[in-house]
Amino acid sequence: MKVLVCIKQVPDLESRFKPDAAGVWFSDTDLAFRMNEYDEYAVEQAVRLKEQLGDAPEVTVLSIGPDRVVEAIKKALAMGCDRAVHVQDPAVHLKDPWQIASIIAAYAREQGFDLIFTGMQSQDRGSAQVGVTLAEQLGLPCVSTLVGFSYADGTITAKRELEGGIKAIVKLKTPALVTCQLGLNTPRYPTLPNIMKAKKKEISAIPVAELLKTEAVAQTTSFHPPAKRGGGLVLEGDVGELVTRVIGLLKEKTAVLR
Amino acid sequence: MKTLLVGEYREGKLLDSTYELIGFAGQLGADAALFMVGSEGQLPAYNGALYLADAGTYGEYNPDLHKLLILDAVQRENPDYVVFLHSSYGWDLAPRVAAALNAAQVSEVIGIQDGGFEVGCCNGKMRRTVKSTTQKTVLTIQAGAFQGVQPGGTPQVTKLATGSTSSLEFVGYEPAEEKGVDLAKAEVIVSAGRGVGKKDNVQMVAALARALGGELGASRPVVDAGWVEHDHQVGTTGQSVSPKLYVACGISGAIQHLAGMKKSDFIIAINKDKDAPIGEVADVLVVADLMQFVPALTAQLLK
Repeated sequence: MKVLVCIKQVPDLESRFKPDAAGVWFSDTDLAFRMNEYDEYAVEQAVRLKEQLGDAPEVTVLSIGPDRVVEAIKKALAMGCDRAVHVQDPAVHLKDPWQIASIIAAYAREQGFDLIFTGMQSQDRGSAQVGVTLAEQLGLPCVSTLVGFSYADGTITAKRELEGGIKAIVKLKTPALVTCQLGLNTPRYPTLPNIMKAKKKEISAIPVAELLKTEAVAQTTSFHPPAKRGGGLVLEGDVGELVTRVIGLLKEKTAVLR
Repeated sequence: MKTLLVGEYREGKLLDSTYELIGFAGQLGADAALFMVGSEGQLPAYNGALYLADAGTYGEYNPDLHKLLILDAVQRENPDYVVFLHSSYGWDLAPRVAAALNAAQVSEVIGIQDGGFEVGCCNGKMRRTVKSTTQKTVLTIQAGAFQGVQPGGTPQVTKLATGSTSSLEFVGYEPAEEKGVDLAKAEVIVSAGRGVGKKDNVQMVAALARALGGELGASRPVVDAGWVEHDHQVGTTGQSVSPKLYVACGISGAIQHLAGMKKSDFIIAINKDKDAPIGEVADVLVVADLMQFVPALTAQLLK
């Protein structure tokens, strides 16, 4: 069995974002990067499947981007993936979701993966397109937004998260693709021995030009902060004074203090 | 300009959010036809064309078949835009339809802007303007971003059918977990977000909730981490609330959370990040360290 996990490296979302020179995405300067949170669930589920099936599946992790994405790849390897593919693309932020999916599809088509895991969306772009689009391009059955996953004899039983806490149970057969929602499992922290072991695992590099054969279909023309920050009051300063002001506001604006 | 709007049914009922699609088409200044996999007994109050496929036959979740049915409607209507809600149904189905139409998709649209669409990014902190370069465009619109419009009247129904088999088997729904806490009834909710840092610190937020005579709420990451039980979760996939007072402690304000609490009468957010999107809905944003401010406020309230 061959398994692929697709991951993205994203900035720490607590950061402050400034437009880049072209004004179409954020400037990388001063940002710390990490693995997209949704993708950590995807990696964890792939590794759990490997463990369930007695180490038989080979799990490949793939990421597209500049050299810094190797850090995210190394984390996935330390979590238990077997090998990695780094699609080298310093301009990944200029690709639209259709192209990102096409790049992965161009790689995956030749490999015959039985199961592909992706996060349901990225934390920075959040388009929630790449996983499902990739499945369409590869002609694979696909279920998105998983909060439950089980596998037996070529059949996946997926639990999709819907609004209001309801879940939909769906069955599908491999080969297939699933996209992972937060809470699907508890992603493990890589242990030191596994981090050391991961250093020996293969990371093959492929220039993006070898895989990208499609034009963009959507274009970002501007990246900017929200027009208005709402009309709310912003309080800063000494904690004691803040407490006094908030209690004053609670008395003035609400009826909750008796 | 023409739109095909894809409405939603859940457990046999038409979802109200369907009317937000009609509101969106109005703002776009476009003609609208509706598409739904639903039932004849639950038609929308809409005086226009409706393409209807039977949910009893095709299931409420079966993207393989729903895609084919939508493509049939697209062929009949030839719309410029196929519009979904950015919901568990919409974000699952839209990319499949876009791929089949060779159309660009723009996700989670919150505004219409000079030939493009405004979408949120970076966890709601920033915005992008996105333009499609294809003849047809698939859109998903953010829930709550466009005012719902109920035009009234009775739709002219065209029934659609497709014969293909599906690669997916929709087994059924699993109901939401029993609620130990009914947050919808609470007058005061004090919620803990990821900013509390660790499970032990939830107690500090719970103590503030008690001091204010309210209930403890939580954002999704805190629930996923197992720090707080799921029945305390506020947001799209938890409970939607509108208390007299909502205090958000260390919650950055992901759209799914905001959608579940922004109707609260008075919102106080405590966050060390002045730019956190929670500031957009908060009446008061206290820029402070939770670990200092929350216990100090609790102590003062108990005096």
